[in-house]
Amino acid sequence: MAAPLNSVGKLSAERSSFSSNATSFQKKTRSKLISILGTRPSVQNGQLLVSTGVTSLDYLLGGGLAVGTVLLIEEDRYDSYSHMILKYFLAEGVVCHHELFVAAAQHNPHDILKELPAPILDDVAVHKPVEQPRLSCDPTDSLDSMKIAWRYQNLPKVQSALASSSRFGHYYDVSKTMEPEILQAAKCHCFYLPDHPTQSSPTHSPMLESYSTLLKSLQEVIHREGFDVAAPMSKSRNILRIGLHSLGSALWSDDLSCHDNPRHRHALTTFLYGLRALLRSSLSVAVVTVPSHLIQDKALMGSITRLCDNAIALESFKGSERETNPLYKDYHGLLHVRQVPHLNCLASQLPDHKDLAFKLKRKQFSIERLHLPPDLSETVSRVSRGEPAGALQPVARVHPETNTWTSRTPTQSPWATSTWNAEALSSLPW
Amino acid sequence: MDKSYFTMFSLNPWHHYLTSLCRSETPARNSRCKVCFLGLVQSFSHYNAVGQRLGVSLVQAKEKGQLIFFEGLKESLSVLISQESNTKSQAIDFLRDPSVGLRSLYEFVRCTVSSSSGGGEKGADGAEEWGPPVLLVDDLSVLLSLGVTVGTVLDFSHYCRATVCSQLQGNMVMLTRCDGEEEADDGDDEGSERLHRGLTHQCSLTLHVQGLPTGYCRDIHGQVEVCWRRRQGDGQHTQKKLFQYKVHDKGASFFARGTSSAVL
Repeated sequence: MAAPLNSVGKLSAERSSFSSNATSFQKKTRSKLISILGTRPSVQNGQLLVSTGVTSLDYLLGGGLAVGTVLLIEEDRYDSYSHMILKYFLAEGVVCHHELFVAAAQHNPHDILKELPAPILDDVAVHKPVEQPRLSCDPTDSLDSMKIAWRYQNLPKVQSALASSSRFGHYYDVSKTMEPEILQAAKCHCFYLPDHPTQSSPTHSPMLESYSTLLKSLQEVIHREGFDVAAPMSKSRNILRIGLHSLGSALWSDDLSCHDNPRHRHALTTFLYGLRALLRSSLSVAVVTVPSHLIQDKALMGSITRLCDNAIALESFKGSERETNPLYKDYHGLLHVRQVPHLNCLASQLPDHKDLAFKLKRKQFSIERLHLPPDLSETVSRVSRGEPAGALQPVARVHPETNTWTSRTPTQSPWATSTWNAEALSSLPW
Repeated sequence: MDKSYFTMFSLNPWHHYLTSLCRSETPARNSRCKVCFLGLVQSFSHYNAVGQRLGVSLVQAKEKGQLIFFEGLKESLSVLISQESNTKSQAIDFLRDPSVGLRSLYEFVRCTVSSSSGGGEKGADGAEEWGPPVLLVDDLSVLLSLGVTVGTVLDFSHYCRATVCSQLQGNMVMLTRCDGEEEADDGDDEGSERLHRGLTHQCSLTLHVQGLPTGYCRDIHGQVEVCWRRRQGDGQHTQKKLFQYKVHDKGASFFARGTSSAVL
């Protein structure tokens, strides 16, 4: 794992807050704890985690994305939801004041950055140099002196503009785009493939020119901006968030998604190996989207997955027959967790359940379990499934034998053919 | 266990049982075996962190000279990006041109394990003799992803076996990974399947790690099929055993099928 772990040292059971003021709950360690904005240590193994921008995805990945790892997103058919997650990831970087590196071959990265969703927070710091935050440390401020809660008099009223949101994970409003002022405060590096003409130099390496240019550019940025783990610790450290859009598609001059037997079989895998090497030695985290539905070779997809640390696949219902299936009425697609890493430890945090569905709401991208397990208690009634799904169902009825009320609210159609007793209903998560 | 050569397979990509068994080789440190570790997919600090949880300090072993760790990721960057011939890191040369083969990697291994017979000098006590060397490779299938052909990888493992096992009476542990769902008529996947078969033929102990055939379970992470190949007089005798396992923070526990603590 990247060396930050060594310098982070053993963390105490209480998580110390990672705002600019270290609290007194920090355990005394030999090495200095690095506190970077927008990160937190993992509860399980002390890894430094960043938020992906989607809180439910953070939960799936074991608290967040570990610094130094790659998240592979297998795109859905029209690249709508995977693109959305990429934008959430970049927006989270802007809000946490991380640096961004965006690479794309299809859209101009500047356009991607303009379309980032707006954060829903009051305490997101917008850098307004005109206003000075007024700290009411002066108790003689007679206008605001408190008579009853006088103990709170000396606390700062307004959160200082520099200590921006110390929260981990934010929510975004998809219907609005991020304000340009917030975006301007963030440092972004863009890599638009058509801007980098490839010089065809004869090379025997399996990696394509486009990928090696990208890798070179990435390494340059990491060295220049000081994200190397080996760089001197005196500078305040930051995280570099790397978003790579649609690698493996034909626009990157890769024929992985075009042919059954691609000529450049190992171009993307070699690139991913180099990316892994770069990430393990720097304070950066990458999200890569790959159009896996176009790649015919499952074994190749397997080796691509193995070279990344986390891997999820999105399958949207748009345009498929499932869109009209009442079973999936509440969701926009399925989410499959293909791989979970085990970093610096033997056991990995496997998710509890594998059938997950996602739904893009205006203010939240939620990932939920699709099916509840069957209720195995003795009082459940197993009614024969004579009724077709989607037909009009009574809202509640009494079972003749056990005399229990079974009720079902009309919106919960995924469970159309099962009846639940009142106890089970009260224990449902929502 | 001399003259033996282990190979581990992890079939199901969902269960990264990976190097848990590799860790079991670390007690060899106490008996002063020299270990050459080709870590091609993870950084040294990953193994160090795991080793610390298991009570073995890899950093100390590295300083003493008992462990030679080849960090593939670190060496690869200079080759992948600069693309110039670099005389320093020759072992990773196959990244620049996979058709060249793994000869330089083998040379690296040979130099490392052969120097053990000369003994590492240890001050006033006189020359400290190392025991038979151990070669650990993690993992071989990543070489296939980097463009190296199956034949080259099999040649490499054969050469290593000749040096480490036959010549120096040491042990070898190699890890490969392959996907469980392979279509029989898929010609492209010939690679990892051929590697699997070739390595099974070469080695004396195979540990075939895969997920449970019935699906995902939190308490039982998978099953291990252990195959011993012994040469006894007139023929080969293969002994197979099947265990189930669960990976903990500090190791893995093995139990017979159906006797998991979650079930009993």
